[in-house]
Amino acid sequence: MVVLRTGPVTVGGVALDNHLILAAGVLGTTGASLSRMLTLGAGGVVTKSIGPQPKDGHAGPCVAVLDNGILNAMGLPNPSREFADELKPLEKKPAIVSIFGGNPGEFAEVAGWFKGKAAGFELNLSCPHAEGYGAAIGVDPALVEACTRAVCALGMPTWVKLTPNVTDIATIGKAAERGGATAIVAINTLKAMRISTGMRRPVLGNRFGGLSGDAIFPVAVRCVYELYEACTIPIIGCGGVSTADSVIEMMMAGARAVEIGSAVQRDIGIFETIKNDLYAKNGTAPEDIVGCAHG
Amino acid sequence: MTCTRKMALHQKISWGAPMGDQLPVQVSITEIKNETPSVKTFFFDREFSFEPGQFVMVWIPGVDEVPMALSSANGITVQNVGDATGALFGCTAGTSLGIRGPFGNGFTRGEKMLAIAGGVGAAPLLPLTRSDCVMTMLLGARTEKELLFVDQLDESTDVIIATDDGTLGQHGFVTDLMKDLSLATYDRIAVCGPEPMMKAVLAKIDSLGFASRTEFSLQRYMKCGVGICGSCCIDPDGLRVCRDGPVFSGDLLKKSEFGHYLRDASGRKKNI
Repeated sequence: MVVLRTGPVTVGGVALDNHLILAAGVLGTTGASLSRMLTLGAGGVVTKSIGPQPKDGHAGPCVAVLDNGILNAMGLPNPSREFADELKPLEKKPAIVSIFGGNPGEFAEVAGWFKGKAAGFELNLSCPHAEGYGAAIGVDPALVEACTRAVCALGMPTWVKLTPNVTDIATIGKAAERGGATAIVAINTLKAMRISTGMRRPVLGNRFGGLSGDAIFPVAVRCVYELYEACTIPIIGCGGVSTADSVIEMMMAGARAVEIGSAVQRDIGIFETIKNDLYAKNGTAPEDIVGCAHG
Repeated sequence: MTCTRKMALHQKISWGAPMGDQLPVQVSITEIKNETPSVKTFFFDREFSFEPGQFVMVWIPGVDEVPMALSSANGITVQNVGDATGALFGCTAGTSLGIRGPFGNGFTRGEKMLAIAGGVGAAPLLPLTRSDCVMTMLLGARTEKELLFVDQLDESTDVIIATDDGTLGQHGFVTDLMKDLSLATYDRIAVCGPEPMMKAVLAKIDSLGFASRTEFSLQRYMKCGVGICGSCCIDPDGLRVCRDGPVFSGDLLKKSEFGHYLRDASGRKKNI
């Protein structure tokens, strides 16, 4: 297996401790849990998505753990502006605030609350189950470009997380790039559903949700591959990464770093586990493998 | 006294390893028992393998899903405190519920245990006493009518009662009952009840130097129940109540948010 040389990592304007980032929505509600994940080996952490107003989220059930993935519909629960308190223990740490809004103005307003208090922003233009937010905006290239531009005006590193629930993800990636994004994160969850045959109704309170984990890894690799061909800004691969070899595969598709979420459910020590397999002093330089599967 | 009695019929499920889709299991309510004016027990047509202190996520269709401690292999004991529990109180025998779990850890067993319960906090402690390891149980409630499981607990342990209004037993709190006990007699102490009551118990126990052998069952707002969403994490270590708990040692809780504040569904802090 290919292993990577240890060394400094900077992606999309954010200095990371390694190539493995905690994905948004996973143990990202409190400063304490995010700090814990950095202690447990994450090279950077992305917070729970924060929006213009506090939200309680959808009625439960919010999660179904499947054999090869996780189906969820949390409904963007968040404390809104009060989240600034949670960032205090994360000062000068590689902590990225995930942001959502219903229009470019709301994105800029929310980002403004955290300017200078985080290492960067990740724009949630991709949640598949929140009406008026997330993917409702992320399927429209003009809106993606406008929201990205509005946040980039603050002068902070700005990553844009894309939804795979579109016909052509490259079109959306290019819109984010035009808007000034410093990196693209691909992908958010795939819109999905399961039905409880015993209960004769969908297992999620919101009926529809997003699928993450092993099951979507091939979709994520394909999306990263397509974005690498279409865009020049860095890509961060996300979706079903759970082993060192899946990190390498994402990098060969074109990712400069990866985000890890669902794998944390099986093992909260997943970052250390992957790091132990991924790095060696005499390993390959990351730049030699990023995108090497193209051409 | 020993704790060798098996808690349930089946081998304990290990939910950390791949084991197929963990969709909610459909159960039917077979019986609803009025325990106190504000507490009912709902029995199911299915038994779950569990450790005392573990919880299940209970799905009330069309309403919500909430965490509930198992009070027996096929039952939950519920206080009517909100929309979901209110809807549950409106259910009748034959109603379908969805169950995920059991999740979380349970109480560490001892040979000579002390159990301390306040109000509906007796629910997860009932199965512990039924495993014959609890020598003494301190049971508190606001008033006599709200004392939970007095008869069932009395079958397997010595129950000492306190009520806030003095309608039965000691007039006062369970902490007042602790004065007459030699805590050194007990190798483990298990506590469950309203957080202000548990905080008072921890202060008392810690002053006597027994915090490390005492465990408390915490309640926090939960969404996923499986340790991934982060809504139930406690400060300052970011431990997950649903997965690292819900049972935590007194030592660990001494320097935590325990007894001070919690977070609501949105993640905003609320003072206790």
